[in-house]
Amino acid sequence: MSFFKVENLSVWFGGLAAIDGVSFEVEPGQVFAVIGPNGAGKTTLFNCINGIYKPGKGEIFFKGNEIVGLKPDAVARMGIARTFQNIELFDHMTTMENLMLGRHIHMKTGLLRGAFLWGKRSFAGREEMVHREKVESIIDLLELQSVRNKFVGALPYGTQKLIELGRALALEPELLLLDEPCAGMNAEEKQDMIFWIKDIQDELGITVLLIEHDMKMVMDISDQVLAINFGRPITQGTPQEVQQHPEVLAAYLGEDA
Amino acid sequence: MDRKRSYYEDVALFDSKAKLFWFFVLMAFLVAYPHIVPSNSYIYMANLMAINIIVVLGLNLLVGFTGQISLGHAGFFCVGAYATITLMIHAGLPFIVALPAAALISALLGFLLGLPALRLEGPYLSIATLGFGISITKVIGKMQFFGGRQGLHAPELTIGSWNLDTDLDFYYLAVGLTVLLTIAARNIVKTRVGRAFIAIREDDIAAQTTGVNLTYYKTLAFALSAFYTGLAGGLFAFVLRFIEPEMFTLLMSILFLAMVVVGGLGSIMGSITGAVLITWLDLQLRHILTIPYIGDWLRTLSQSWFSITGVSNIQYIVLGTIVVLIMVFEPLGLYGLWIRAKKYWKTWPF
Ligand SMILES: Nc1ncnc2c1ncn2[C@@H]1O[C@H](COP(=O)(O)OP(=O)(O)OP(=O)(O)O)[C@@H](O)[C@H]1O
Ligand SMILES: [Mg+2]
Repeated sequence: MSFFKVENLSVWFGGLAAIDGVSFEVEPGQVFAVIGPNGAGKTTLFNCINGIYKPGKGEIFFKGNEIVGLKPDAVARMGIARTFQNIELFDHMTTMENLMLGRHIHMKTGLLRGAFLWGKRSFAGREEMVHREKVESIIDLLELQSVRNKFVGALPYGTQKLIELGRALALEPELLLLDEPCAGMNAEEKQDMIFWIKDIQDELGITVLLIEHDMKMVMDISDQVLAINFGRPITQGTPQEVQQHPEVLAAYLGEDA
Repeated sequence: MDRKRSYYEDVALFDSKAKLFWFFVLMAFLVAYPHIVPSNSYIYMANLMAINIIVVLGLNLLVGFTGQISLGHAGFFCVGAYATITLMIHAGLPFIVALPAAALISALLGFLLGLPALRLEGPYLSIATLGFGISITKVIGKMQFFGGRQGLHAPELTIGSWNLDTDLDFYYLAVGLTVLLTIAARNIVKTRVGRAFIAIREDDIAAQTTGVNLTYYKTLAFALSAFYTGLAGGLFAFVLRFIEPEMFTLLMSILFLAMVVVGGLGSIMGSITGAVLITWLDLQLRHILTIPYIGDWLRTLSQSWFSITGVSNIQYIVLGTIVVLIMVFEPLGLYGLWIRAKKYWKTWPF
């Protein structure tokens, strides 16, 4: 049984195939990168994995369980978290509260126990404290202390990307989907992000599925790379192997030139 | 920055001694209020305010916190009122059982209305809830069991050996419940369920991918909102000790919504101030025609320009104008004013 497996996945919008027969397997602990030009179907692939889209054909297995057909919240509960290409944060909530949403699946307080938040000893009070402490450790890890109690909507782009990463980490996932985590960042912020992704892999042991356009970064941190174009798989292998593939060369050198 | 802090501070009801102090001042005022006001009409007004605060808390949980609209809350108010009285008269239940039971019946209806609401948003949801609000009063008005068009008289109101036969007695019941329900609402929005509500309002895709079950929490918000409103309706039945279907109009639903928006969407403080202000305005403006000179002039104005039936309707026009003005000058509602005042006082000595 493999850790994560996509089998013969296809998605159509109208008559057009956004994904066309994609298959791959991810080993636990890997950083697995998906590359491809704009409109290749990378984000669509993520949307299928976490249940936002239902694929027209194919299967996705996570730790041996079929997850196609599950709702996004059920996928989250299974241990898959993600970030978005176009940041999706809760703008009118603070950084702390955004990250607390990441703890939602690990908490139990419902309507009644929430309404009776009578002091530190009440169930809700105790639970809040335990999980706020967890979130605080993520805030420390990502060095977000200075924006802890700020509403996230008005924060700089790079900070928002980081908060989104923090929220995903707060779910304590086994598989983390990162959709262009470095897009729009400056060189320094990029360097930090690379550092954190390595940390997530090494220290937290989380498997990472990564979409990224920056080839240097892909080379730097991924163990396996899958290249797709027009929804079809082109090649898969180690970063070095994939980089040598003529179609990838053409796509990326062509883009740079 | 690195000081060791208790994480409980973030959610504590009173995170400072000063807040606790002011809370006790407020409680003392509420206890003393009926004894320091000059006439009974002030107690009657406070009772209406308390009831409206409960409704607006419930409606704000749905509209302001979860981001779902409702134009039908007079319907839940009506259900709560009728269910309380019916359960007392026909099932012989004591008030103290009938009131929460009626609120639960209203919550059940809220849950059922929440189901189709899952597929509707914005204007479509407005129309669906509007349809509910209008039709439920028509259905009740057609059934002889509920007194039909003649309405129902409320039975005697007792809790144990406490006979609540005056506005003063009722004041302590209504205000006591309002304080409890306000604290409950505030606790809910500060903890897990409330965060899920707000997350849905802010970004439902992101909410789902962090594990929030959209179906569950959207219907839960409807049920909770209907619970509050139904409970308020049950109290309302004893304000005039008489209810009839015609009381629960579309205008009433709109006034509830106006209280939410004027007070401030997604704010507990705003729910209270919005309900208090609009209730007060509504009561004051009923006497607008008795003001010397201006009253007569307004009546003529109303009858010659604004009213087809000849019944003067100027109070609603004035009320509407005031609501528009508040929104123009403070789009965040009274809560926005409050935030600005707080900032002002914080920086004041410097
Ligand atoms: N909801 C949708 N409805 C219709 N077409 C869609 C939808 N989502 C994606 N598509 C189409 O599917 C194709 C793949 O889009 P996708 O967003 O997956 O690309 P991508 O590889 O993530 O590109 P980028 O690098 O620009 O983010 C595009 O042609 C896009 O227009
Ligand atoms: Mg994309």
